[in-house]
Amino acid sequence: MAIAVSVAAGEIASSDRRSGYDFMSRETRAMQDDDTANPGMLWVLEGGTLWEKKTGAAGRACADCHGDPRASMKGVAARYPAFDAGKGRPVGLEQRINVCRTDRQEAPALAYESRELLALTALVARQSRGLPIDIAIAARMRPFLAAGRATFHRRQGQLNLACAQCHDDNWGRQLAGNVIPQAHPTGYPLYRLEWQSLGSLQRRLRNCFVGIRAEPYDYGAPELVDLELYLMWRARGMTMDAPAVRP
Amino acid sequence: MASALINVPPRAKRGEIIEIKTLISHTMETGFRRTQLGAVIPRDIIRRFVCTYNGTEVFSADLHPAIAANPFIVFSTMAIESGTLVFSWTGDNGFSVTESAAISVE
Repeated sequence: MAIAVSVAAGEIASSDRRSGYDFMSRETRAMQDDDTANPGMLWVLEGGTLWEKKTGAAGRACADCHGDPRASMKGVAARYPAFDAGKGRPVGLEQRINVCRTDRQEAPALAYESRELLALTALVARQSRGLPIDIAIAARMRPFLAAGRATFHRRQGQLNLACAQCHDDNWGRQLAGNVIPQAHPTGYPLYRLEWQSLGSLQRRLRNCFVGIRAEPYDYGAPELVDLELYLMWRARGMTMDAPAVRP
Repeated sequence: MASALINVPPRAKRGEIIEIKTLISHTMETGFRRTQLGAVIPRDIIRRFVCTYNGTEVFSADLHPAIAANPFIVFSTMAIESGTLVFSWTGDNGFSVTESAAISVE
């Protein structure tokens, strides 16, 4: 009985799940909700320009294959990380964009957190706003989901903390001056006021690793993608609000 | 690389107070920060924002190093006549962006 209770305490019931948006102040919410006040829209605007721009040895633009992103990219970000047959493992949205760049456009891959990659990711993610996160876990995805879940529950770093200790067990309580959110990645890439810039989920995760004084994984590391996959699966059904604003 | 978002009501009644929102992409590097090796990162900010309404200046602002990246400026003016609002941002390193928006006044 005691074991059953402690297992139940670990995971957040779906009726209790709350997006980071729900923990924000009225002012920050207003900033996110107004497209002319949301700085994330600057990257979406720039992504629209890059989408049309021919690049690489193939001389092709994203638009040449995918057409209007409002139609072709609708709901795409809500399904990532998704399985990539070529790599034999799930890839995140940023990696997927870079696969397209290197294989189809024959252009050099964009660096993680570069303005161009964030702009294209924001443009794609924007097309999923208002749609539910829809992560399909086929048999071939299970080992990666399990690895992500293990990372989430593993104590690590000098502070010997697991993600779950804050975000499953103590959400809604204070950590210094801030409320601990539930860690649902509904709005990435998002504009963090602390960063004064748009950033990806991997940047946020690396931040948390530094916070618990663990060595962060490199951008694009399989461990980070698996953790992303677990977090998106954990938030399945929640509404996307990319590009979001967070404090 | 610079891009700006502007929100001006497309139509207004004569004499009505209208709210104008502007957001521009800029790093607003203060000039007080240093790299990990100790070198000062040179200042790179927007110095001045001006809005003209059919050629008349209706709003202007001087910006300073303490202002956050991607400055968001909201102000109001009175709708007098149909025409064009021109917004210009100028700053360090020859930064200069001009955008315009049309308004029709009944």
